[in-house]
Amino acid sequence: MKKKVFVLLVVVALIAALCATFVACNKKGTDADDTIKLEPMTNIDNVDVDKTGQVVKSSIKFGLITLHDEHSTYDKNFIDAATTVCAQMGAALVVKSGIDETNACYDTAVELAEDGCDIVFADSFGHEEFMIKAAKEYPNVQFCHATGTSGRIAGVSNFQTAFANIYEGRYLAGIAAGMKLNAMMAADNTVVPKMGYVGAYPYEEVISGLTSFYLGAKSVCPSVTMKTTFTNSWYDEIAEANSATALINAGCVLISQHADSMGAPQVCETKGVPNVTYNVSTKTACPNTYLAGCKINWGTYFKYIIECVKYGKDIPDDWTGGFATGAVEVLELGDAVATGTAAAIANAKAKFEAGTLKVYDCSTFTVNGAAVTEYVANVVSDEAFTPDTNVVITSGNKTYIAESTYRSAPYFGLTIDGISPLNA
Amino acid sequence: MASSKIKFELPFHITKRTDIPGWKAWLFRGGAIVIAFILTAIVSTILTKGGMGGFFKEMFVGTMGTANKALKLLNGWAMLLMLGLALVPAFKMKFWNIGAEGQTLMGALASVVVIKEWGKVLPEEVLIILMLLFSLVFGAIWGLIPAIFKAIWNTNETLFTLMMNYIAIQMVLFAINIWAPNGSGTIGILKYGSFSGAFGMNYIINIVLVTIVTAILFVYIKYSKHGYEINVVGESVNTAKYIGINVKSVIIRTMVLSGALCGLAGWFLVGGSPTPTINSTLVAGRGFTAILVAWIGQLNPFIMMGSAFLVIFMQTGAAQVATTYHIGSSSAYSGIVVGLFFVILIAAEFLVNYNVVFKVHKHKKVEKAATPTGEKAGEEPTKEDEKIITEEQFEEELESIGTRYFERTITKSKNFEGNDTFTPQKEEVPIEETVEEINEEKVDK
Repeated sequence: MKKKVFVLLVVVALIAALCATFVACNKKGTDADDTIKLEPMTNIDNVDVDKTGQVVKSSIKFGLITLHDEHSTYDKNFIDAATTVCAQMGAALVVKSGIDETNACYDTAVELAEDGCDIVFADSFGHEEFMIKAAKEYPNVQFCHATGTSGRIAGVSNFQTAFANIYEGRYLAGIAAGMKLNAMMAADNTVVPKMGYVGAYPYEEVISGLTSFYLGAKSVCPSVTMKTTFTNSWYDEIAEANSATALINAGCVLISQHADSMGAPQVCETKGVPNVTYNVSTKTACPNTYLAGCKINWGTYFKYIIECVKYGKDIPDDWTGGFATGAVEVLELGDAVATGTAAAIANAKAKFEAGTLKVYDCSTFTVNGAAVTEYVANVVSDEAFTPDTNVVITSGNKTYIAESTYRSAPYFGLTIDGISPLNA
Repeated sequence: MASSKIKFELPFHITKRTDIPGWKAWLFRGGAIVIAFILTAIVSTILTKGGMGGFFKEMFVGTMGTANKALKLLNGWAMLLMLGLALVPAFKMKFWNIGAEGQTLMGALASVVVIKEWGKVLPEEVLIILMLLFSLVFGAIWGLIPAIFKAIWNTNETLFTLMMNYIAIQMVLFAINIWAPNGSGTIGILKYGSFSGAFGMNYIINIVLVTIVTAILFVYIKYSKHGYEINVVGESVNTAKYIGINVKSVIIRTMVLSGALCGLAGWFLVGGSPTPTINSTLVAGRGFTAILVAWIGQLNPFIMMGSAFLVIFMQTGAAQVATTYHIGSSSAYSGIVVGLFFVILIAAEFLVNYNVVFKVHKHKKVEKAATPTGEKAGEEPTKEDEKIITEEQFEEELESIGTRYFERTITKSKNFEGNDTFTPQKEEVPIEETVEEINEEKVDK
């Protein structure tokens, strides 16, 4: 027995020594660093397809890959949109749900391409690289990906990314929250306007969302603060419920979330704490506490790409949806909202559409007590997350961070004053 | 057993059987598979628009219709089988290792650590071998920790290994947060360390290697001295001590093996994929499904090849049916189908191990009129019942039962075959009944 262990150790040592010699060789070299410089996109929120040409493909098969199934509010939003649009457009739909962000995604994308799908669409952030790999292998199939960062830089002509200006939607939902806080403070002067936010992962997409929500609330309730906590999972009902409970115990009087289960809204309903949601209205499930919410209407993009394929037009590498095309929607308002909420939201929405209101207007927030004049974000995504593009734009009399402009996926990653982690 | 005091009596009784011929046992199991298929098809016909034809078409064409689909299915089979195999030595020893999930995840993490640390600088061949070594060691350590506690302090291994799963998941999340400092929780595809493809077929290396491991493990369990020791410790720790086996070292050694095999599975999951990556759900519950595979496969590596295939085939096929016919949540539907299938399969084992004897009820009313007294008036006396045994006969019978039991114990300790463990180890000899009771019962009638 001891002899065998000894032999094994010798083998390990030999191989380690062998490896050490190779370390010096540095055979594979380093990755080429990207020197791509991105300019703002020009065709944001455009869904016009030139239909003068001939129909190239009359019957279209649409493959949808989702991370979880329709129990997840996030995935349900995609599945519902695809079902509606495919029925409208006469396209066949195949939904593969519960596809993890591993080789399962690659395998499924390949399977859908083999099964004759003209478009394969994946809905989760971590699906991206697996989609790119499949796209390279099936150049005649369009691979589209929601929330992805590399549509413009991947250099694969049949791989595209898309997202929407949901930060504007969240800002509007934030107004509903701020109005509610004002009403709560008016009714009871002991109420401290502290909100809680349950996030999935602490990266740009979620940071951008929670900041815009906070700024929306702050626009009507200037004294508001917010605590954040993250579950490190897109769908973890128990963790989301526990996080919401922890936030409420820490004195948060209003909760919002960017995680995909009903965990947080249901805790809010039980405890009677107002809730602002995302993706799907919880008005029926949580009638007493549901305030408002927003969602990306993916139907807009689905319809667009199906038409592109139908008429043989290129789908843009990257696409950002907005209010004009209906890609960003504010969900129905709940019964618990403060009076005047609908009008306040409509007012702000009109300003967004006119371009006179910006979410990340540098005059409305500070970072460590100072106003932001420059923010270099990691727009050209790379493994080291090197900041590469200054995304602060000054136009007219406004200086603001131009979100979802250099690429569709959010890149706002600042922690602004007023927002702090729960466990800090 | 029934005594005269019990008024209600089941229309059948169940006896243990130990002498069922092999062909008959397999006939039961084969029949169960057929029945299970038909029942799941019926359920699917109710739930889907495809009908029974659609169900079978999707089950087979949807899972094996193209080369890529077949390879994906076979890779799923190989991974599940690999985890099942990893459990075999531990289960043979009656060490209930339900930590395969975590041990595999640690193995996978080890491979990813190696890729992240040395991927850029090492040639692929060396990198892959280093990944293998690290994976084996990480997996083995994750198996070793509960084994030490079990061997020295006799802790409950079931809870211990289960809890180790959660630690492994958090370790992976922790590592991912280091590698993806933006906090997105995804590290994308690793550029190095993939040995998936050969001859233009993804996953083929996994499939071949797992098949080889199956054969090796079969020999190890059945013919090696280690295998023998594992069996003895599993059968009776006291026997093992008596014949001079170092129980502690066997427990530790076997769990190291079990963990290392899980580590190997982790290596397959990372390196054996065309798109190496890791996240906390990489093992995707296979560590628990593997327990089903191991039990249905009666801890025999070759039978497990079949059981693993059945599991993965049902899972993939059911998901395919759900996708094609748009029935709501595909996970719920495949859960129903897979669950139904295996409940029937497991129920068949009952028939293999027990005999159900129905009692004959004839001319109930007539009999009642004829014998108005006695609680079991309705019961027609059968030929067996007519025989009233004397005390001597009863003693004789007891003796013969005892002899049979003794003989069986002897053969069992001679023959360390895998199949035995699936049947309960201790024979229950029905000797609670006294002669008086039996005779009383019969007189009653």
